[in-house]
Amino acid sequence: MVETGHFALVLAFALSLVQMLVPLVGARTGNQRLMAVGGPVTVTGFALTALSFAALASAYAGSDFSVASVWENSHSLQPMIYKITGTWGNHEGSMLLWVLILTFFGALVAVFGNNLPATLKANVLAVQGMIGAAFFLFILATSNPFIRLNPAPIEGRDLNPILQDLGLAIHPPMLYLGYVGFSICFSFSVAALIEGRIDASWARWVRPWTLVAWMFLTGGIAMGSYWAYYELGWGGFWFWDPVENASFMPWLAGTALLHSAIVMEKRSALKIWTLLLAILTFSLSLLGTFLVRSGVLTSVHAFATDPTRGVFILCILTLFIGGSLTLFALRASTLTAGGLFHPISREGALVLNNLFLTTATATVLVGTLYPLALEALTGGKISVGAPFFDLTFGPLMLPLLAIVPFGPLLAWKRGDVIAASQRLMAAFALAIAAMLVTGLFIDGASVFAALGVGLAVWLVAGALTDLAVKSGFGSVAPAVALRRFAGLPRSVFGTALAHLGLGLTLLGIVGTLCFGTEKILSMHPGETVELSGHTLRFEGLSPQKGPNFTEDRGRFLLMGADGNADGEIASAKRFYPVRQTVTTESGIRTLGFSQLYLSLGDENKDGSVVVRLWWKPLVTLIWGGGLVMMAGAAMSLLDRRLRVGAPAKRRNPAGALADST
Amino acid sequence: MSARFSLTSLVLLLALLFTGAAQAVKPDEVLRDPALEARARVLSEGLRCMVCQNQSIDESDADLARDLRVLVRQRLVAGDTDQQVMDYIVSRYGEFVLLKPRFSLRNALLWSTPVLLLLAGGLFIVLNARSRRPASDSTLSAEEKAALDKMLSD
Repeated sequence: MVETGHFALVLAFALSLVQMLVPLVGARTGNQRLMAVGGPVTVTGFALTALSFAALASAYAGSDFSVASVWENSHSLQPMIYKITGTWGNHEGSMLLWVLILTFFGALVAVFGNNLPATLKANVLAVQGMIGAAFFLFILATSNPFIRLNPAPIEGRDLNPILQDLGLAIHPPMLYLGYVGFSICFSFSVAALIEGRIDASWARWVRPWTLVAWMFLTGGIAMGSYWAYYELGWGGFWFWDPVENASFMPWLAGTALLHSAIVMEKRSALKIWTLLLAILTFSLSLLGTFLVRSGVLTSVHAFATDPTRGVFILCILTLFIGGSLTLFALRASTLTAGGLFHPISREGALVLNNLFLTTATATVLVGTLYPLALEALTGGKISVGAPFFDLTFGPLMLPLLAIVPFGPLLAWKRGDVIAASQRLMAAFALAIAAMLVTGLFIDGASVFAALGVGLAVWLVAGALTDLAVKSGFGSVAPAVALRRFAGLPRSVFGTALAHLGLGLTLLGIVGTLCFGTEKILSMHPGETVELSGHTLRFEGLSPQKGPNFTEDRGRFLLMGADGNADGEIASAKRFYPVRQTVTTESGIRTLGFSQLYLSLGDENKDGSVVVRLWWKPLVTLIWGGGLVMMAGAAMSLLDRRLRVGAPAKRRNPAGALADST
Repeated sequence: MSARFSLTSLVLLLALLFTGAAQAVKPDEVLRDPALEARARVLSEGLRCMVCQNQSIDESDADLARDLRVLVRQRLVAGDTDQQVMDYIVSRYGEFVLLKPRFSLRNALLWSTPVLLLLAGGLFIVLNARSRRPASDSTLSAEEKAALDKMLSD
């Protein structure tokens, strides 16, 4: 089975070479038969990659330690779920997952792209083939997951204990669906540049793909943030770590792309810019892959001592980013510029959105790479951490968030700010009220708290205002408005949900950062501690045994107002003998949108235990907001105009008529 | 724990940040004076744990982080201002210890990027919008005519 997987992987690489060359030549020479090769080859390539991945997964599930990758990252005592997720819990397997998703998306284009112009489809598949070929070669040459060991070891070295978590089952696949999803937008852009023209079907295809990729990337980042929050044991949810930034940059650029693609689809303006953004977004995904995979972040020296992989990805990076940008420079001028618009218009608002988002992306990029560049060029070492990003990224977001509610309320081509402002009066009043309440009654000292809460309320109320205005609440009879509300295009709900989710996330961040409380203390069994109105009693430590670990579990009872126990929180210190590592399992209890977060420390000599306890108000909204944003993207995808796959094919005449108006 | 075993963004982060028990400030470190302790916490958040990956000494439980936390508190108790404490730490450990780089010539590009880019982008948009305005009136202004003539003659 393992050799079958290996063989399938090599075959998939060979097919990707065919996929990148034959349809391209066909499109150049106008040869229909050569172009038609692209579809079947792409689908077969996906099937082979899937077979290869299944072979690796079954080796992991069956604990086949004759495979080096399995031996290094698995153990026979692990629960089955972690054996399987361990498939991508390592460098080699995760790269295989990367190409699996890449070929999957390529196959989707091949299967559902029948309504695309033949040359465009051929070129898109060819570009996908190029990306595939580069990464297949990378895997086979430097990161082969199928290498055997002889003699086979009896037992594996266990998966990194931190990865033995449900988070590993969800976070990486979602993140990769997002990262790699943008490759389709990239391929469409490069194909358009090769052809030298962008037509209507281009925009219709790129927008849903952007939505899909953005939706998964949002979910992946939110999930990763929650994972870090509960796994790392001190309750931080975002660290501005270079590795996090690596996934955040494509998200920021992708968000900009999402918005400019709307302008392009609706008004065929900003064509060249949208195309450039699509290229940049995927380039940032590639950069993220490089940063994470090369080890350059750990230290420049680690990169220098084993540079094979790093240099290889760097070459891929240079080839694709350099190549596509060169093509852009050569060909962009041949593309026709699109429609005109007044600065005060929906287009204008979206241009502002793009200005702030791309500046923010560049800020994160420079902040992430500056220390590396400085060290490489001058040898000087500096750190760029959270305080830098708070000072630069934060102020860039303030004006952006402030204008968000205006965007959807402005008309295309020429908008009326006064009218939009009047409609937003109620939302504005609510936001001011929220600021006053926060400033006067909750936390008078912190300007940030009042501003943050006000801004969050402004976003949420603004999103609801948009829906109310578009369905006519207040101007027509409620029954009519209700009917209109139900009949609103799904994309209108999508916009409103995404903006509302953003407001919720902001509220969660502000709530946790500004109103959170913390206690650090040593506790004897039987002692109680009180934090922000919640009383906890320490019940003592008890040893427990898991399948591949032992732990000391500390039980805490949450005391109700009547003095009786109202629930339990348990936090543990776990010991994984195979890797000789200790992890802290934090104890979390969700109360409403807030959480009590408890983390167990070392045992003192006198028998007491160090305990760190946090009250995190509204903290779940941070990730809940992310889910709402995802729901918004899903809603937009369900819009009649934008069915994934074959937008035009499934459109009925009535839909077509509605679109043309 | 090498980066090879890590997986994606978060996973690498987890693996690198992880140093055993996830406990930072210990109860015995906490100063009696709440005002001083609060200042110590704020200062700690801006200081890097030099043996960790992008972690402040306030979050880390490495021994070095603990030493630095104690040092910060000692200086505060001795009556140093926040600035004096930071200067003292930098003089001993170098600028690398600061999570917020200084505003210096060396870091000029780092700090100025957001502002410069925002201005450049804004300028580009304004100029672009100006140059594409003449949709409504068919007659060209003198400037535009000159520009057009120049383009045609090029």
